[in-house]
Amino acid sequence: MSGNRFNAWSNHGIGIGLRIPHYAHIFSRKPVVDWFEIISENFMVDGGRPLAVLDQILERYRVVQHGVSMYFGSVTAPDPEHLRRLKTLVRRTGTPWLSDHLCWGSVDGTYTHDLLPLPYTWEAVERTAERVRIVQDYLEIPVAVENVSSYAAFTASEMTEWEFLTEVVERADCGILLDVNNIYVSSVNHEFDPMEYVNAVPAQRVAQLHIAGHSRYEKYILDTHDHPVIDPVWQLYARAIQRCGPTPTLLEWDDRIPSFDEVHAEAKKAERYLLDYAAQAEEVTA
Amino acid sequence: MTAQPTSLSEIQRAMADAVLQPLTADDSMQATGARGERMEQVAASFIAPNMRLTAFERLEIYNRQYWFRVLDSFAEDFAALRTILGSHAFHRLSVAYLTTHPSRSFTLRNLGAHLVAWLIANPQFAGRRHALAVDAARMEWAFVEAFDNAEHPPLTSDQIAKLDASSRLALQPHVQLLALAYPADNLVLELHRRDERQAGEAGLNHDNAELPPARLPQFRRRSTWVAAHRVDNSVYYLRLRREEYLTLAAIRQGHALADALEAGFIGSPLPVSRRPSYVRQWFARWAELEWICAPPLESFITS
Ligand SMILES: [Fe+2]
Repeated sequence: MSGNRFNAWSNHGIGIGLRIPHYAHIFSRKPVVDWFEIISENFMVDGGRPLAVLDQILERYRVVQHGVSMYFGSVTAPDPEHLRRLKTLVRRTGTPWLSDHLCWGSVDGTYTHDLLPLPYTWEAVERTAERVRIVQDYLEIPVAVENVSSYAAFTASEMTEWEFLTEVVERADCGILLDVNNIYVSSVNHEFDPMEYVNAVPAQRVAQLHIAGHSRYEKYILDTHDHPVIDPVWQLYARAIQRCGPTPTLLEWDDRIPSFDEVHAEAKKAERYLLDYAAQAEEVTA
Repeated sequence: MTAQPTSLSEIQRAMADAVLQPLTADDSMQATGARGERMEQVAASFIAPNMRLTAFERLEIYNRQYWFRVLDSFAEDFAALRTILGSHAFHRLSVAYLTTHPSRSFTLRNLGAHLVAWLIANPQFAGRRHALAVDAARMEWAFVEAFDNAEHPPLTSDQIAKLDASSRLALQPHVQLLALAYPADNLVLELHRRDERQAGEAGLNHDNAELPPARLPQFRRRSTWVAAHRVDNSVYYLRLRREEYLTLAAIRQGHALADALEAGFIGSPLPVSRRPSYVRQWFARWAELEWICAPPLESFITS
């Protein structure tokens, strides 16, 4: 893997999300996994089983932290307690970089626990970028922001989602966790060409990729992480790899979780695209 | 007319208001907001429609998603309370509680932090089973706290042997002291076991199933004192004598040991001559369970 400064020059390959139903398998079989992504909030506690499990995982595996409630786009200031706990966890895991979402979800101290979309305005660009900077400076490791899937658009928006993402990461000087499934979901919900999005992303800033499955409803698609990855999403992934080079990749599977082996096998399908890239690179140099 | 929110803060406050508003009985977004505003207009004032969905329908996705998520999380934390009240009453209670106490924390873990106090103040949501419901809420919230609260280095037996009347101590943060109106500890544990069995057998998400209030065994009110605590990363419940409970509560409040013991024996029917042997037994047990630790240094600073 070729790293960049947004993932601390890491050589992480294909990882999977650490999920409770897989604990027994992981501890008894000790499968070979390049790295695990953990949901930071599940381990930002003072003691007990969550931390004991985490320490056991850290003995054997590399862990990268992924958060769900930093809400870079929220207008009210981050909770200092949240930041303090997050930093404590960063020290514990040694995560080389950390990601959370380009969204908002709390206002005036009340939390929705959802990843709510932002209006793509210049005001939102500035406020979000500033907050990413504050968090990144405080944590002292690279921060990557993830594009979310969304079901609503705002009348106030002044640019496309990919323009917004680009403006935020350039101003914050941070990385991107590019979720190609979220791009696909949003492209159906908002009727744009997902390939145009992938082609527009500043590739040199992509620290990590997410792939996932989703649920299709009659009038919209929900990002449910409860299915295998579909073909159009693999195509977006292939294009992302072409543009970004081999990039740490994680398969998200959060609901109706099948066996560890099934999840791992699905994630490993990404390897093909990484090998294709390597083969092409060799042809070029040969 | 609905004023159009334009700044980022106006948009977020308008959207949060809509998302946090309770759903209708059939899980739709309400037609009118808390101040009588038409939600169709509210949605249209900042959300753009597309070919398939109106602004209202798009906002409704987030309104539903919010409630499904917090209700699921809340039901998971208070499974016994749900069984005691039945799914219908529990749903009503959950919506009312979460409307008064929406999450104020970055983690869903703390969702139930105010439930016991709220339920005591709002008995109408539990009907005839109110006191039992409060007990169940105490037990289940204690589980959340005992599960992942901190564990500090315990005092060693040597240190405990050197304590005197003026010693001030602290309890492990994971130790939770409960004064119950019923001997509800066994009932709650039995309901949890039943729940697990059913979930295992049916293999489906029980949260969606309609459940009448559970039939409960004959049950008499009897004051019961319980500690929830953690051993090897599992939570256990332990019955305490009233005197032991009161002593521990006084220790936790920061009283010197002599005062804590005095508080523990207020109104106690135990003959004075037998009290020392009880105290020795308690200390032996607390030492074994590693419940006693040093108070934080800040607590010694007097302002
Ligand atoms: Fe993702």
